[in-house]
Amino acid sequence: MMLPLVVPAMLADQAVYHQYYNPLEPVAALPWLLFTILKMIIVFTVIMVGVAMLTLAERKISAWIQDRIGPNRTGYGGLLQPAADGLKNIMKEETYPDAAYMPLFILAPMMSFIPALITFAVIPFAAPLSTRWGLVEMSVADAPIGFLYILAISSLGVYGVVLAGWSSNNKYSLLGGVRSSAQMVSYEVAMGMAAVSVLLLSGNVSLPAIVHQQQVMGWNVFPLLIGFFIFCVASFAETNRLPFDLPEAESELIAGYHTEYSAMKFSMFFIAEYSNMVTASALMVTLFFGGWDIPGTQWDNVAPHTGLKFLLTLAFFFAKLLFFLFLYMWIRWTLPRFRYDQLMSLGWKIMLPLALAYIVITGGAVLVLDMLQVPRTVQWFGISPFWAALGVLNLVLAALVFVILDRGRIISPAYSRLSPVQVARLRARSAGRSLAASQGD
Amino acid sequence: MAIQVKVLARPVADASYVRAMLSGMALTFKHLMNPHKKTEQYPEVKWALSPRWRGTHRMLTDEAGKAKCVACGLCPQICPANCIKLVPGEDEEGNRYPLVYEIDEFRCIFCGYCQEVCPEEAIHVGRHYENSEYSREGFVYDLERLMAQTHPVCEMWDPADPKGE
Repeated sequence: MMLPLVVPAMLADQAVYHQYYNPLEPVAALPWLLFTILKMIIVFTVIMVGVAMLTLAERKISAWIQDRIGPNRTGYGGLLQPAADGLKNIMKEETYPDAAYMPLFILAPMMSFIPALITFAVIPFAAPLSTRWGLVEMSVADAPIGFLYILAISSLGVYGVVLAGWSSNNKYSLLGGVRSSAQMVSYEVAMGMAAVSVLLLSGNVSLPAIVHQQQVMGWNVFPLLIGFFIFCVASFAETNRLPFDLPEAESELIAGYHTEYSAMKFSMFFIAEYSNMVTASALMVTLFFGGWDIPGTQWDNVAPHTGLKFLLTLAFFFAKLLFFLFLYMWIRWTLPRFRYDQLMSLGWKIMLPLALAYIVITGGAVLVLDMLQVPRTVQWFGISPFWAALGVLNLVLAALVFVILDRGRIISPAYSRLSPVQVARLRARSAGRSLAASQGD
Repeated sequence: MAIQVKVLARPVADASYVRAMLSGMALTFKHLMNPHKKTEQYPEVKWALSPRWRGTHRMLTDEAGKAKCVACGLCPQICPANCIKLVPGEDEEGNRYPLVYEIDEFRCIFCGYCQEVCPEEAIHVGRHYENSEYSREGFVYDLERLMAQTHPVCEMWDPADPKGE
């Protein structure tokens, strides 16, 4: 009864998906090579300079949040502070612990630094630019497997952290490395699961296709609100930022995996952390906030792809990116660090089941909406009915999650094991002990 | 003695992560936007010292430009850190004056007893805090140095007016 209804709907679905996958006409070989090299150089430079400025931004924002002023002595308003820091780090003496395993000790900073940088390669950061040699896609590598590539490469960064922890031959470093790997594994799962909901809507893992789907339908953050929430939390954990900076955990592990590192090698870990932030923010923007899409207009999505469109979409992409980078810092200076058992508990007992249930719900909703042939494109008042329906469903789910699930519970396995009976017994035992102690004295 | 463990019931009923996080973020954002920062731009803007601040010493002089000190020996007597070195001298008219008067500012604990005990109101602790020197010897202030100091002096605590009003 259901099957004949479902199958044509799914076939119709395929047609919808193919409309999003529209690779650009390839540019001739030599210009393509030149453009790619040019894009590589520009993106690399912008990220490196951006990371340097992010360290300043972090210090400024932390200062403002604590009612301080922050670095303001080097250059105008402290703008040259990153240059001074970089110079200092290059000039400083590098120390090598005697007991460290040297090959991996030297390799580890590179291992964490390189994946952080190359993940950005597939992210489309502006509208394609029309040149006399053809349309140039504005991502370093226009890979049709975009999102899979990011999942594959971004988790490689953990090798740098774990190898740094192990090769330092220091118990605190090792603990930091081990924690980092456990954290990465736990949250990678939830992150991937949350992203599946985006793939359900776009039907494609190519990031330009995902951006295009959002241009047609509206930004994914509304119809996939819970997915965005899970993805956001998981990417905080993936980038080892507070409240999930367990691998560093200054109060208990000195500096975690980079305790033994000094000078530029230490700086490499820093650059890796900030580039990871940039990539994770770019990913959130691309998957949930329409990538380089300018909201409320279709002008930016259609030919002719002029330089003005390129610049405006680039500006919008950067504005969204900066918002998420600010969110990272804002949350860092607001929330304290999770305890390790809370971290694991949150990852496996809340985020993962939530993400799994969410896939089922979103998948079901998409199927039902497609069966009812609710149009995905913009219909009335610039709103797509498909988008609105999923959005309303998500508002209901969000109310359930944030109002009912988030009340009266503490994330901690240590807590959940204690029943009232056990608490009473513990109290009685403790009281008895103190009584005995007082009599003994 | 046995370890005593206090088992507290955690306030689970009101627990909420998302609401707590949002209110925390609202608070930090309020501070972020607050234009009144607490930082003082130190070398340009100096710290306003309390009138009772006790810093490095100053020897006051009379109209003739001589030290008011009469070398009575009360200040080295009362000094708990034993940091004042005083060798008294006497001129032809029988006036006592210090031949040597040195204060080791490193040993000094800035209690201000020397100022309180001085019958001539000659030695004072000062309202001053920028005392860097290039050598340790520089912190032994001799009489010339103490007389050359120009910073304002401490107003001692007055029991009749405890709040300084």
